[in-house]
Amino acid sequence: MPGAIYAEGLVKTFGDVRALDGVDLDVPEGTVLGLLGPNGAGKTTAVRVLTTLLEPDSGKARVAGVDVLRHPDQVRRSIGLSGQFAAVDEYLTGRENLRMVGQLYQMGAREAKARASELLERFHLADAADRVAKTYSGGMRRRLDLAAALVVSPPVMFMDEPTTGLDPRNRQALWEVIQELVAGGTTLLLTTQYLEEADHLAHDICVIDRGRVIARGTSDQLKARTGGERVEVVVHEPGHIEVAEEVLRGFGKGEIAVQRHTRKVTVPVVGGAKLLAEVIRELDARGVEIDDIGLRRPTLDDVFISLTGHGAEGGDGAEEEVK
Amino acid sequence: MARVEETTPESTPGATDTASGTAPDTAPDTALGTVSGTAAAGGGRVAVAPKGVWSGPVQSVRDSLVVARRNLIRMMRIPEVVVFGLVQPIMFVVLFSYVFGGAIMVPGQSSADANVYREFLMAGIFAQTVTFATAGAGAGIADDMHKGLIDRFRSLPMARGAVLTGRTLADLVQTALTLVVLAIVAVIVGWRIHDGVLKALAAFGLLLLLGYAFSWIGALIGLSVRTPEAATSGGLIWLFPLTFISNAFVPSSKMPAFLGHIADWNPFSATVQASRELFGNPEGLVSDAWPMQHPVLASVLWSALIILAFRTLAVRKYRSATA
Repeated sequence: MPGAIYAEGLVKTFGDVRALDGVDLDVPEGTVLGLLGPNGAGKTTAVRVLTTLLEPDSGKARVAGVDVLRHPDQVRRSIGLSGQFAAVDEYLTGRENLRMVGQLYQMGAREAKARASELLERFHLADAADRVAKTYSGGMRRRLDLAAALVVSPPVMFMDEPTTGLDPRNRQALWEVIQELVAGGTTLLLTTQYLEEADHLAHDICVIDRGRVIARGTSDQLKARTGGERVEVVVHEPGHIEVAEEVLRGFGKGEIAVQRHTRKVTVPVVGGAKLLAEVIRELDARGVEIDDIGLRRPTLDDVFISLTGHGAEGGDGAEEEVK
Repeated sequence: MARVEETTPESTPGATDTASGTAPDTAPDTALGTVSGTAAAGGGRVAVAPKGVWSGPVQSVRDSLVVARRNLIRMMRIPEVVVFGLVQPIMFVVLFSYVFGGAIMVPGQSSADANVYREFLMAGIFAQTVTFATAGAGAGIADDMHKGLIDRFRSLPMARGAVLTGRTLADLVQTALTLVVLAIVAVIVGWRIHDGVLKALAAFGLLLLLGYAFSWIGALIGLSVRTPEAATSGGLIWLFPLTFISNAFVPSSKMPAFLGHIADWNPFSATVQASRELFGNPEGLVSDAWPMQHPVLASVLWSALIILAFRTLAVRKYRSATA
């Protein structure tokens, strides 16, 4: 059974650029799919196709069970879209913005007004409700944009880089909002270039690069593909680096990496927490004072680099490295 | 599998309730109760925007008015735009009537009389002023594209032409306001109507219709360019040859023959000529060309034709608009 968001073989070209080069997606109802990729990977194009804003050259898409190409009007009634650039009218107040959106979702005037007040309260914008959005901070605008997308509590939500450009505190706050939304049963497709964000919010992750899905799975599955865990030690004295290296070599199952300026020694291991305890005892016995030690699993950043040959942020200069 | 049916709001009794904002009553008291409310509505992942309450032409009118209201609120909050829109025509009235006035002889008069020219000129200035609505509509829509608001609107289940119709209606209100102020200035410098108030109102009606028609040209320009700045200049430059190669400032009989023909058939000239007739102002020597002999009918036909053509093109463009 196809999920609440389903796409098959989506292709969209702009001139010579294949923004989408045969993308398949399937998001089961009530789950979050993180569409992860660098700038220009095709994330926004995918969202625009699924939200009826852009017609693909070929491919099929269904959202909330409705064919996106054949019944776009019906799809629009079931979705909320929160964009990369907070799309609110900056000369309208927060309240006026939400009322307008409510009315354009065909609510009655009174209904739209009540719903606006409710959302302003929930998104902690009540105090600023009657100020024009121009005076809002970035975080407040983003919350208003999200509120606008939630005016009718749509069963399917699309968020295109919801936290890009937000400070950590606002990002955290937005994450909480998203988690509550999902707890309420909303199906969500979220694009992000922050690996941490996908890790934190998404049930499933699709890594997308140059219009193609290059990997998919849960965060754990993707990390497992990149390789196992590592022990990472930061020693207190630069002089102890060599001793630590020697100790870790005894436990390691691969090449040791040493970063002198941070006094960090890393080695791939097999054996988990039990092994970590042994490493600590051994280092202690050899008189090595440690600032930090831990069992590290690969981050999605590592995953991304191993999959694409370049980091998530800077895609340039790596054109030839991916087939 | 049943979800396909469930997403059709008519078949889902809970749909209207959720949209009306009553969902929180049944929802747990979370920060985003309404979101949870969607889940509480039962197994149905419902498309919550009600359908069928407002449909067809009624929805079209209603959505257009919602958008028009939004644009009027914006205009009130950015009064500079309206004020600058007034300064130019007032400047033209003063410059043309006092600088050129004594030097230009209106054909049919025995000498160059500044008072006669002032009366001749005014219909031309009125008509030129209403066509400046093109720039306003163009810049406004380009700005909405730029800020992502068009994306927001296009993802909502609203009538297709409403965003553009709402904008052009708001521009119509602004144009009417400008005409009132300009008429007062005109009266101050000595312009009078001679054939009664009703005919004068009919002339203003034709002028407004022309302005409305031209704002649709602006809408198309706004959707076609990348920035509001480009829309402003793109909306203005061609207006100068259009309004100068016409009977607005000098009679077409005084132009070289080929320019005279263009001027006679210029859609803009028909409205100028019709207004002169209806105001009872001096008309100069009127050419035998059909639009000049039947200016009221020609004016209505031209405006209707422009609206039909450019509305069709603009709405089509809007449906595939990409920021």
